[in-house]
Amino acid sequence: MSTSKQQSAVAASGAPATLQPLISASNLTKVYTMGEQTVRALDGVSLEIAEGDFVAIMGASGSGKSTMMNLIGALDQPTSGTLKIDGRDVATMGSDELADLRNRSIGFVFQQFNLLARTPALRQVMLPLLYAHPRPENIEEMARARLVAVGLGDRLDHHPRQLSGGQQQRVAIARALVNNPKILLADEPTGALDTKTSEEIMALFTELNRQGITVILVTHEPDIATYARRQITFRDGHIVDDERRDHARDPQREAAQ
Amino acid sequence: MTLVDSLRIALAALRANLLRSILTTLGIVIGVASVIVLVAVGSGARSGVEKQIASLGSNMLVVFSGSSRVMGRAAGAGTQLPLSEGDLAAIRDKVSGVTAISGQLNGSGPVVYGNTNWTTTLSGAHPGYTTVRDWPVTSGRELTAQDVRSTAKVAVIGQTVATQLFAGDDPVGATIRVKNTPFLVVGVLAPKGSSNFGRDQDDIVLMPMTTARNQIVGKSQVQADQVGQIYVKFDESTDLKEAEEEIESLMRQRRRILPGAEDNFNVRNLAEFMKARTEVLSTMTYLLAATSLISLIVGGIGIMNIMLVSVTERTREIGLRMAVGGRKRDIMRQFLVEAVSLCLLGGVIGTVLGVIGSVLVASAADWPVLIDPSVIALALAAAGITGIVFGFFPARRAAALNPIEALRSE
Ligand SMILES: Nc1ncnc2c1ncn2[C@@H]1O[C@H](COP(=O)(O)OP(=O)(O)OP(=O)(O)O)[C@@H](O)[C@H]1O
Ligand SMILES: [Mg+2]
Repeated sequence: MSTSKQQSAVAASGAPATLQPLISASNLTKVYTMGEQTVRALDGVSLEIAEGDFVAIMGASGSGKSTMMNLIGALDQPTSGTLKIDGRDVATMGSDELADLRNRSIGFVFQQFNLLARTPALRQVMLPLLYAHPRPENIEEMARARLVAVGLGDRLDHHPRQLSGGQQQRVAIARALVNNPKILLADEPTGALDTKTSEEIMALFTELNRQGITVILVTHEPDIATYARRQITFRDGHIVDDERRDHARDPQREAAQ
Repeated sequence: MTLVDSLRIALAALRANLLRSILTTLGIVIGVASVIVLVAVGSGARSGVEKQIASLGSNMLVVFSGSSRVMGRAAGAGTQLPLSEGDLAAIRDKVSGVTAISGQLNGSGPVVYGNTNWTTTLSGAHPGYTTVRDWPVTSGRELTAQDVRSTAKVAVIGQTVATQLFAGDDPVGATIRVKNTPFLVVGVLAPKGSSNFGRDQDDIVLMPMTTARNQIVGKSQVQADQVGQIYVKFDESTDLKEAEEEIESLMRQRRRILPGAEDNFNVRNLAEFMKARTEVLSTMTYLLAATSLISLIVGGIGIMNIMLVSVTERTREIGLRMAVGGRKRDIMRQFLVEAVSLCLLGGVIGTVLGVIGSVLVASAADWPVLIDPSVIALALAAAGITGIVFGFFPARRAAALNPIEALRSE
C-alpha cells in the first residue's frame, strides 16, 4: 500500500507508455499558514491519472482530499511540486488561462450543488457557456440537450427550490458537462443525498465514464467507491493506498440481471 | 460573456432585491430629479426674460425724465422736468441713426363697450410707437400723424382689452367710451405677453399723444407738450452706446445742465439691463444644479456601500462563476454593470420625477419651465459615471476573490 503501487496500477490499466497521462502530479504540497500555525494539507503527493479512468478518492476527514481536488480543478495553486493537466503545467498559467482551462476541460460537481438561487435550471446549465471563448451561438439548445440527457427535460424552468436534492445534483452535473470537459471532478457528490438517489447519480457517472469522460470523485462511502475502477486513499496529506479493481460495479449490468 | 449577458445577470440580481435596489438608488433619484427641476425652472425663467427683452423692441433706448439716482434729490416727482415734444423732435432730428421715435404718456381709467366695463392703461403715443416697440397691429391700422395733428378720438387696443370687451367680435370700427368720451377703435395690437415686472402689456389702449394729453390723462396734471417717456429706435448699424451718449449730451445742452452737475433725465438701454439679469439667473441656475450634483455623490456612496454588501453576500456565487470559467474581468464587469444599471435606473426614475416636478412647478407657480433634453442626457450620464466610479471598488474586490475561498464561504 504505497505510492509505488500506483505505477503498476497505471500499467495495469493498459494505457500505452507513450501516452501522456491526463493529470500528472509530482511531489505536490499545499501548506496553509494560519498565524503561527502551518497545516500541510498535502505533503508530497505524486499521482498520474490516465484519460478515461474512473477514480475514487477516499480517506479520513482532513486528509487532504478536497485540497487535491481543488488543485486538479485548477481552482487553487500548489505550494510546491508540479501539476500538469492535459499536458500543461498549471504553475505557468495566468488567471485567465486557468479560468479557460476550468471552462473548457473541467467540470465540477459539489456536495452542496452550488446552484444559483432563483435561477431556472436551463440558465444554471447555460452558465459555463456564457464564459466560453469563443462563446457558442446556440447555448440554450446545448444546455437543454444536457438537461434532457440527465433526465430533467421536463424541469427546464424549475428553480433550485422547486427541485429535489437528486434533481438539483443532476442540474449541477448537466452544468459540469455542458462544455464537454475531459475531466469531471466530484467532491462528495452524494454526500447530501439518500442511498437510492446516490445510486442513480452514480449510475449517471458510470454512463458518462463509459462515454469517455475521466471521472474523479471523493467519497466517504465505500459503497460509492465501488463504482470506480481505481481507489486512492489519502491520510494526512499523503497517498497511502492506490488500488485498481477489475470488477467495478456496473449499474447497467446489475439492472440487466 | 457578452455585455447583454452581463446586463441580464445584473438586472436579475437587482430584481431579486427590488426594494433594496430602489432604496439604494434613492440618492441618485433625488440628485437627477433636482438637477432637472432646477435647470428647467432656471432656464424657463431665463427664456421668459429673454422673451421680455425681445418684446421691448430691439435696438432701442428709452429716455425718462428724472435722475437715474433713485435715492437722490430727484426722487420727488414734483422736481422732475418732464420730457417734451421739443425734446422728442430734437432727438429725432439731431441724433444719428434714429429710425422711429415715440413718446408714451401713461394714465389709466375705465373703458366701456356696451355693458362691459374694463379698467386699463391709457397711453398716448406717436405714430412711430408700433415700430419702436416691434409691436404690429393684427387688424385695422396704426395711429397716424394725422390722428395726432387732429387730436382724433381713435384708439388702438391691446389683446387683453379686445378679449375683455369684445369677447371674440371684431373690435375694429366699434365705438368704445374711454373716460366717458367716445373713441373709434381703429386697430388691435398683436399679443405681447407679460413684461419684466409681470404686468400684462396687452392690457392697454393706445391713442394719439395729443388726444391723451388733452382729454384723457387730464390737462391739469400735464404740461402742454409733455410726452411721458420717449422710445427711440435706431437702425442696425448704430452703436447704442454712442447713441446713448449723443442723446445725453443733446439733452444736457437743451436743459442747460452745467458740466459736473447731475442729469435730470436718464437714458436706458433696457435690453442690456435685462440681459445682465439673465446672466445672473444662468449663473444661479448652474450653481444650484451643481449643488444638487453633490447628492449624486452621496447617492454614489450609498451604491458603493450596497455593492460591497452584495459582493459579500454573493461570494459563493462569485466562486462558482470562477469555477465554471468566469475570468476576473467577467466578474468585474458583472458588478460594474450592476452598479451602473442601478444608477441609470435611479437616473431614469429621477428624470421622470424631475419632469413631473418641473411641470408641477410650471402650473402651480405659473412660472415658465424649459426642459432641455441635453440636460436630461447630461444628468443620466452623470448618474452612469457615478455608477462606474462607485461601482469600481466593489467590482474589483469581487474580481480579486480567490475562487476556492469564495466557494467555501458561507
Ligand atoms: N483555507 C484553508 N485554510 C487553512 N487550512 C485549511 C484550508 N483548507 C483546508 N485546510 C486544512 O487542510 C487540511 C485538509 O483539508 P481538506 O479540505 O482537503 O480535507 P478533506 O480530506 O477534504 O476533508 P473532508 O473529508 O472533511 O472534506 C485540513 O486539516 C484543513 O483544516
Ligand atoms: Mg473535503
